[in-house]
Amino acid sequence: MDFELDEDEAALQEGVRKLCEGRFPMERVRAAQPGAGVDRDGWRELADAGVFALRMPEAEGGVGLGMTEAVLVFEELGRALVPGPLVGSHLAAGIVDGAADGSQVVGVVDGRDEPLLVEHLPGLDVVLVIDDDGMRALEPRALEVDEVAKPLDPLTPVYRVRGKLPDGDRVADPDTVAGMETEGAALVAALQLGIAEAVTDLSVAYAKERRQFDRPIGSFQAVKHLCADMLVRTEVARAAVYAAGVILDDPGVGDAQRAVHAAKVTAGDAAVRNGKAAIQVHGGMGFTWEVDAHLYLKRAWWLDTVLGSPDIHATAIASTLTR
Amino acid sequence: MDLRYTAEEERFRAELRTWLDDVLPTLPPEPDRNDWPARRVYDTTWQRMLFDAGYAGINWPVEYGGRGASPSQHLIFLEETERVHAPYVGANFVGLLHAGPTLMAEATDEQRARHLPRILRGEEVWCQGFSEPGAGSDLASLHTRAVRDGDHYVVTGQKIWTSHAEVADYCELLVRTDPDAPKHRGITWLIMPMDLPGIEVRPLTTIQGSDEFAELFLDEVRIPVENRVGAENDGWRVAMVTFSFERGTAFVSEMLQSIELLRSLAQIARDTGRDDAGVKRELGHLAAELDALWALTKRNVSQAARTGVPGVGGSVFKLHYSEVRHRLGELSMRVLDRAGLSVADVDGFASGALVYGQIHALSLTIAAGTSQIQRNIVGERVLGLPKER
Repeated sequence: MDFELDEDEAALQEGVRKLCEGRFPMERVRAAQPGAGVDRDGWRELADAGVFALRMPEAEGGVGLGMTEAVLVFEELGRALVPGPLVGSHLAAGIVDGAADGSQVVGVVDGRDEPLLVEHLPGLDVVLVIDDDGMRALEPRALEVDEVAKPLDPLTPVYRVRGKLPDGDRVADPDTVAGMETEGAALVAALQLGIAEAVTDLSVAYAKERRQFDRPIGSFQAVKHLCADMLVRTEVARAAVYAAGVILDDPGVGDAQRAVHAAKVTAGDAAVRNGKAAIQVHGGMGFTWEVDAHLYLKRAWWLDTVLGSPDIHATAIASTLTR
Repeated sequence: MDLRYTAEEERFRAELRTWLDDVLPTLPPEPDRNDWPARRVYDTTWQRMLFDAGYAGINWPVEYGGRGASPSQHLIFLEETERVHAPYVGANFVGLLHAGPTLMAEATDEQRARHLPRILRGEEVWCQGFSEPGAGSDLASLHTRAVRDGDHYVVTGQKIWTSHAEVADYCELLVRTDPDAPKHRGITWLIMPMDLPGIEVRPLTTIQGSDEFAELFLDEVRIPVENRVGAENDGWRVAMVTFSFERGTAFVSEMLQSIELLRSLAQIARDTGRDDAGVKRELGHLAAELDALWALTKRNVSQAARTGVPGVGGSVFKLHYSEVRHRLGELSMRVLDRAGLSVADVDGFASGALVYGQIHALSLTIAAGTSQIQRNIVGERVLGLPKER
């Protein structure tokens, strides 16, 4: 048992972090025009780094790694607030041609949702729809939609589907889809872990630099303790998210489904509560559009709704606690 | 990252399981929670059984008679003993986890030879005389005075929160030997035999209704100078050495108990029809967080195994674990409603442990560094935030 990153894992994480810092610095992320579609060059670079083909076998052109590595990669994408249907396109690798190499941008929605909202629609090449019979692939143009005004996460535009969804090619059966949903929920949790970390760093840096009453506000216990609690929530979530990744790869060491529930619950909590704490630490400036804190919080709120809310995952665990 | 134990670790687990299955039926019945002399006998009997089987001082180095187990094996030991409800470390706590490790690091060969084997065999029980009524979170401000008189220190003062004092043979005692030095530099660490004249032990009843703690009143107690560990006025450093033995396993047993408590609460909620959607959500949230804390324990243990020193994981763990226990207590009381009106089981309900746990939770955000002090530690040592002036 060694539940620390090994050298390869640390190098992978470092590599993705560097890529994100170079290719997706905050000023570029912020400059993205919602509704203008996905940044195709950036998407291709993510693909070249292996973000989408990470878990495909090497024989099929993939990187041949597992969920252990995938959660580390997605943690970094979350930290950098990289926009776009990252989880959907990653899950689609091996199912939709071109998803793995980034030439096709793929979104996933649950067709049973009400209201049925599709993220990033104009930027998508394929929409995968989960339904009672598994999953089917649709052309985005085949959907009748209205753009939803003022999306909560300004970098995640959403579109309301009007009427019934059209039929499409069957691409996965219900069992396969159940597995994809579990893996996808772990990846969403990893994105949220990255957000929880990013806002902790942001807040600590600000608390060291911002002075009131002739001293840095981070020297006041009232502020210091907000920051300490952010770190605690982050580390608790990190343990849960990493455990989910490892157990999905090696189901002999735990209950994978339960580990993913725990990851989604704790990482959701860490991202949202840290996001709010970050705004509190920044005071009045934290309530302005210009400080980044709200972008992280809004991303966290959106991700809470993707592949099962924390309450849904918590309720699922609760049902396993009794005889 | 790898959560799979090695073949050697699994062999260790299997041997331990076999041994536990053999010996647990031979244990005498557990004594009443408040019968300290009986508890001493029970706890030291268990310690002797561990010693005879080679499990005493599981994480102590081999050169001091311990098993020298790796942090992973230590974790397995705690997990397996808790799984079958083997006795807790109990009265041996201070000897095995505080005083013993301090003696290993700082004592003379004679002092080690006199105490370490007896601690391991369950022949010697220790208590801790650190805190004082006026020195809690600010421990270094302690006032208990030791004045040198020939070959003795003459000690006068008062200590508090001294668990097991009534039944202890020795006390690890912090005293002030230089009242003029800065507060951290005038402290000395002494071994105080508990049968010396001038020591009065008064039980202090906790809100759990148990005499868990005691106060020590020291009136010109003459402690031989040869009982000093480390140099005079170097006691603060000596006392802090203990913390470097912490390997992220401090709360493992009770955290595993918490998972059982949560299951028991879930069952009561279901059996009484009080498992509405809100209760289920909170049960699931708590289960998720306890699962995460178990994973965090494995991260902390792995870090200790790699670096040989504790990280800050202990503070992070304790801050969140204590919070989760508060929430588990709140949920317990919501679900139990009037069945929660006793710390003993109310007829038909396994409610006592949950009510007791609700009260116990209150100690977790106070003992071993209050949550406020822990947040200062995390804020300053991990996040690098400036100290408050």
